[in-house]
Amino acid sequence: MTRPIDLYDVTLGYDGHPAVHHLSGAFAPGSLTAICGPNGAGKSTLLKGVAGALKPVGGRIDLHGLTARDIAYLPQAADIDRAFPIDLYDMVALGGVQKQGLFGRISACAAVGRAIEAVGLSGFERRQIGALSGGQTQRMLFARLMVQDASVILLDEPFAAVDARTTGDLLAIIAGWRAEGRTVLAVLHDFALVRAHFPQTLLIAREKIAWGPTSQALSDENLALARRMSEAFDEAAAECERAA
Amino acid sequence: MRAGGVMYDLFIAPFVEFAFMRRALAGALALSLSGAPLGLFLILRRMSMSGDAIAHAILPGAALGYLVAGLSLPAMTIGGLATGFAVAMLSGVVARWTTLREDASLAAFYLVSLALGVVIVSLRGSNVDLLHVLFGNVLGLDDPTLMLLAAIATATLAGLAALYRALVIETLDPVFMATTAGRGAFAQLAFLALLVLNLIAGFHALGTLMAVGLMMLPAAAARLWTERLDAALALSAALALAASYVGLVASFRLGLPSGPAIVLSAGALYFVSLVFGRAGGLVRFASRRRHLEA
Repeated sequence: MTRPIDLYDVTLGYDGHPAVHHLSGAFAPGSLTAICGPNGAGKSTLLKGVAGALKPVGGRIDLHGLTARDIAYLPQAADIDRAFPIDLYDMVALGGVQKQGLFGRISACAAVGRAIEAVGLSGFERRQIGALSGGQTQRMLFARLMVQDASVILLDEPFAAVDARTTGDLLAIIAGWRAEGRTVLAVLHDFALVRAHFPQTLLIAREKIAWGPTSQALSDENLALARRMSEAFDEAAAECERAA
Repeated sequence: MRAGGVMYDLFIAPFVEFAFMRRALAGALALSLSGAPLGLFLILRRMSMSGDAIAHAILPGAALGYLVAGLSLPAMTIGGLATGFAVAMLSGVVARWTTLREDASLAAFYLVSLALGVVIVSLRGSNVDLLHVLFGNVLGLDDPTLMLLAAIATATLAGLAALYRALVIETLDPVFMATTAGRGAFAQLAFLALLVLNLIAGFHALGTLMAVGLMMLPAAAARLWTERLDAALALSAALALAASYVGLVASFRLGLPSGPAIVLSAGALYFVSLVFGRAGGLVRFASRRRHLEA
């Protein structure tokens, strides 16, 4: 079930301060889009909005009938209690909750094994999650995303604390998702990586700077503009007068 | 056979000879089966302080029931439920909407509840009644109280089974819970409800001051032996039962107050686990100087 995600003049924020405002456009079904911009540009906030974890202050996000079950979201530095007594296999199997819910039978054993193998963690099934390295943890979370089997996948800085080799392996998984026709949105900071692996880019700095093919979106002028916009943040900003 | 005879006299005879000991053991069984697994989730959710605060919050309500109806099971239960739930809700509200961290407000609730409860009981009752309320009366469990404990244990085990996946996910990865299954707040509420019910049960048997003991100590001990949640849950209940048994025997043989004897036994199990526990005890850390090749 691949459908577009349309943004109509979307404003998202906290306590009345918009993190990103008046954003319009569409993520095409099956597209692979990098979301770039300076710190505080509203990238994570936008992802939370699409994930349904944050209601827009204004505007509308049209998922065309996609529900929470169709969207998998991997937050930045996932807030996981690593001291919790659970092993890697069970953690990955929890991805089954996406489709089966809290009471349905999670019998996706084959899918769990496949996902663990795909992220290169075979042999670690019975390892406690607290004993995994940062890179292994991220691989495990990607395996859980695979089990979630969602048609839309949202990744917030998935390579933030991960070495080059792991990044390469995870990028291959993302490419696989694209080949399967899933829509992938990833917040990223590494422009070289974005240019090499992400066909589409949305560049934001509290509002849209550019959205389109990566080579055009990440032009020098656009990047300079994004930097200027982010420096114009004003704590005592007046109310936004732009028509909603 | 002589040794067997001594063991029989020591550990079996009291329960064969005295109905009140059998009742106490049955009550402790109910408390152990449901309270200790719940305590394990309290620990995993880092809510040990909440457990303590809610246990104390039961006191003023139960005391009001006492003021109205004397040592009446329904009156004290209803009163305790009311104030227990109130503080469980209030502590969440205070943590979310004021600048105080949750532990500070819990300590405040705890102190005020205890003081208020003691004052209310003293308005009408004797020191004996006060001791009863503070330390329970596990050797004096009557039929209705035993039925209540058994009903609460049954409901709790059924509830935990239904909530299990939700509680695990909500504790382990709340954002994942919110974005996949939702209902995190419901799981939290249902868990608090089970907690209050079990603290009521604990209150009747062990009193305000000791109720949390049989919930937390075996759970903390179990966590030190295994890294598997299912094993830890079963072990916590088993340890709670063992502590109850040993505590009751000690109380019978040595004339100790029974509630504190049970909690002391649980405490002894906890300290042994703290030193020798395979999954995080002191000896394990001390003996791991040499590490593996890979």
